Amino acid sequence: MIPDDQFRQRLAELFRSQHLATLSTHNEGQPYASLVAFHASEDLKRIYFVTPTTTRKFANLTADNRVAVMVNSSTNQASDFHKAISVTAVGRAEVVIGSDRDSILDQYLAKHSHLEEFVRSPSCVFVGVAVNTYYMVKNFQNVMELHLGP
Amino acid sequence: MNWILSAEEIQSGDRNRVGGKGYALSLLAKNGFRIPKTVCITSDAYHEFVLRTGLRERILLELHRKDFKEMRWEEIWDCATRIRNMFLTKPLPDDVAQEIRAAIGDRFRDKSVAVRSSAPEEDDARSSFAGLHESFINVIGAESILKHIRLVWASLWSDAALLYRQEIGLDVEKSSMAVVVQESVAGDRSGVVFTQNPNDENQGIIESVYGLNQGLVDGTVEPDRWIMDRTRNAILTHTPPARKSWMIPGPDGVRLAELPAEKSSHPPLKPRDVGLVFKTARQAEESFKMPQDVEWTYDGDSLVLLQSRPITTLRSDKPGDERGWYLSLHRSFDNLKDLRRKIEDELIPGMIAVAESLSAIDPVKMTDQALAAEIKKRWEINHKWVNIYWADFIPYAHGVRMFGQVYNDAVQPDDPYEFIDLLTNTDMASIARNNMLMDLAGMIRNDQDLAESLKQGDDSGLDDKFRLLTDEFIDKFGDLSCAVTGGKNCVLGTGPLYRLLLEMAKHPPPAGSDKKLHRIDRLHQAYITSFDDDQRAWAEELLELARSSYQLRDDDNIYLGRIEAQLLTAVQEAKRRLKEHSDEQAPKILKQVLAEVDFGSISPTSAPVPTASGDKLQARQLLGQPAGPGIAKGRARVIRKHSDLADFKYGEVLVCDAVDPNITFVVPLATAVVERRGGMLIHGAIIAREYGLPCITGIPDATTLIETGDQITVDGYLGIVTLGDTGL
Repeated sequence: MIPDDQFRQRLAELFRSQHLATLSTHNEGQPYASLVAFHASEDLKRIYFVTPTTTRKFANLTADNRVAVMVNSSTNQASDFHKAISVTAVGRAEVVIGSDRDSILDQYLAKHSHLEEFVRSPSCVFVGVAVNTYYMVKNFQNVMELHLGP
Repeated sequence: MNWILSAEEIQSGDRNRVGGKGYALSLLAKNGFRIPKTVCITSDAYHEFVLRTGLRERILLELHRKDFKEMRWEEIWDCATRIRNMFLTKPLPDDVAQEIRAAIGDRFRDKSVAVRSSAPEEDDARSSFAGLHESFINVIGAESILKHIRLVWASLWSDAALLYRQEIGLDVEKSSMAVVVQESVAGDRSGVVFTQNPNDENQGIIESVYGLNQGLVDGTVEPDRWIMDRTRNAILTHTPPARKSWMIPGPDGVRLAELPAEKSSHPPLKPRDVGLVFKTARQAEESFKMPQDVEWTYDGDSLVLLQSRPITTLRSDKPGDERGWYLSLHRSFDNLKDLRRKIEDELIPGMIAVAESLSAIDPVKMTDQALAAEIKKRWEINHKWVNIYWADFIPYAHGVRMFGQVYNDAVQPDDPYEFIDLLTNTDMASIARNNMLMDLAGMIRNDQDLAESLKQGDDSGLDDKFRLLTDEFIDKFGDLSCAVTGGKNCVLGTGPLYRLLLEMAKHPPPAGSDKKLHRIDRLHQAYITSFDDDQRAWAEELLELARSSYQLRDDDNIYLGRIEAQLLTAVQEAKRRLKEHSDEQAPKILKQVLAEVDFGSISPTSAPVPTASGDKLQARQLLGQPAGPGIAKGRARVIRKHSDLADFKYGEVLVCDAVDPNITFVVPLATAVVERRGGMLIHGAIIAREYGLPCITGIPDATTLIETGDQITVDGYLGIVTLGDTGL
């Protein structure tokens, strides 16, 4: 059996190695996917990204905050089929406010320093997804689920 | 690109493109030795083939289905079989095929050739690849040569090569294979020379047989052997063998035949020939500047060298390394035929007789002392038969693999396991047992009173017919309360048997395998007609052998189980007597004998361990080997200890560590089978195919990641178990 910590270690490694994630939102039953620059908290309970408030994804998640975020290690090669790991997180998105916003933002910028100007723009918001379940696919068709405790 | 080089065209920079064998042959030719007409298909052709056909990635996917460390040798064979089939069913790109076809046509026309592996790393001074890759002899015609080139390429990924992948540096991205195509020399005397004896540097060794070399190389024909003095080129000793058989060209390349009487009375080489063979090999040693292992044959009176390679020390398997044992299972057809005679005529009747004679002795009537002696005796008998099982029955299972390979080569089916359908519907002992269970269940189904009294646990008023049949069943197969093989804990009594029968009686009898007879006929037809007329009898004979091997793969355990059951009966009696007394008063002699034969407690498969945090880790999809086609959904019944079987309900999915023959009796109730142990030819897969059930094997953590009661979907086409709701 894959122990809990081994699963978490794999998640953390994947999140460190990848910069972009695919965010899925929906609007009245119509799914919508977009690319975001992400950062995951150390305890893996939250995934953060930044978006202008004028975007379709922001409108969607404001209407319904249930979202999915996919991160994967594929490299657009045939070898991805046996090498790549793909993780889908599902949870609820919320704009980050409050006292710890600045420290989280610093961590985010440590990973995506080139986005500083974008992040600091008054038209952008900092969004955190509170993850309730991770689904990890490896070896092409092996799927494990991690349901996070409260 | 030039895919082909003749031995004369090969230059010193071509070594990696033509492989060790091809390069050595070119050096022999350049130094004036006579070699057969030889060309090399370079490793560039291999690379081109796997790149342009997408095979490189398919091999990668196949090799990454599961961690190699978790694979059993049977799974490695399966993996190699699937890869081999990819090479067989993928044609060469037209331009490559055209170029090779033209070059081969020019050189060999309709002459018989040998198609040999020549791995770039092979035959250098550091490594011995002997037996890891394939070579074929007696191949005729351009199309057949092209097919065998693909088979030699496939053998880069043979089960043997995969087992030794680390030692030989096997790497999908980098490894490649060149192929030597060599005109056949139908020598009537052949052999090998070690120019230096690995155990004495002043000596050399010559071994020689009548006919072709294959019998000597694979150990089926015992050779004449000469020890030579290296300095004087003189014979020191000559050891003649019994000289009974020889290898001659046959339908599958070579055939073992009885040696004609006029040859058996004298050695294949006269002293003058021995001197010439050794002298020639020593000259090859001088050319290569190191001691050589030279294969040679006599074409009439002319000595021809077939290959030369440096002498390498043999693989020394470490203790616990069973790879050498596994590779020894690859038997020749004749060897398997002998084994079949032994098993069917001696061993099986022997096992039945032993079980019967033991069952005539009633341990209940024995004194403590006699019972202790009886347990010891039965333990020794059982131990002896377990050893025979490993020495003879397991190797005989190779008959199925050999047939599978021949079938796949001949028919080239999309599904590399199509051949199994030709082997099923045989009279397996486990099916006979399950049919008896079905009959008993049928009697309960039609008799309410009988059902009621069994439910109450009252077997006093059972009717004679039911009782007689039950007694006959228990006599033959036991009362299902003990694990037949390897089991150490039993619950005495017929309770589990009656519970199972009641569950069976609640539901209509299974339809069994719905294999259409005409499909089997069609496969049989396709198989036979792919051979030339003169090879068809041999093809039928091989199919017959494979059917017997397949059937025995299940039956042997049943027969072994009968012997073990007799041991267990005596052990149970001893345990019963020990329970009747307090610890101090218990008969010491019985305690002692139980400790000696190691019938303590068993450790059942562990249940899942919850994670430390509040998180919950669970499986959604588990990937194994598709071992029985079909898709089915049901409640999982995870067998962690033997008694879990008695609770098995109709329509459940059997999830277990390994289906042993005593588990197979619940299979008629099951809707699908999931097994941790991997392989296409293991009991679980065989029995599931017999009942037409979806089956997946080789899921490493099946019994810990799946819980009894989980809803699971078994996709026997892709080998995927899905936990929870699915769209099905």
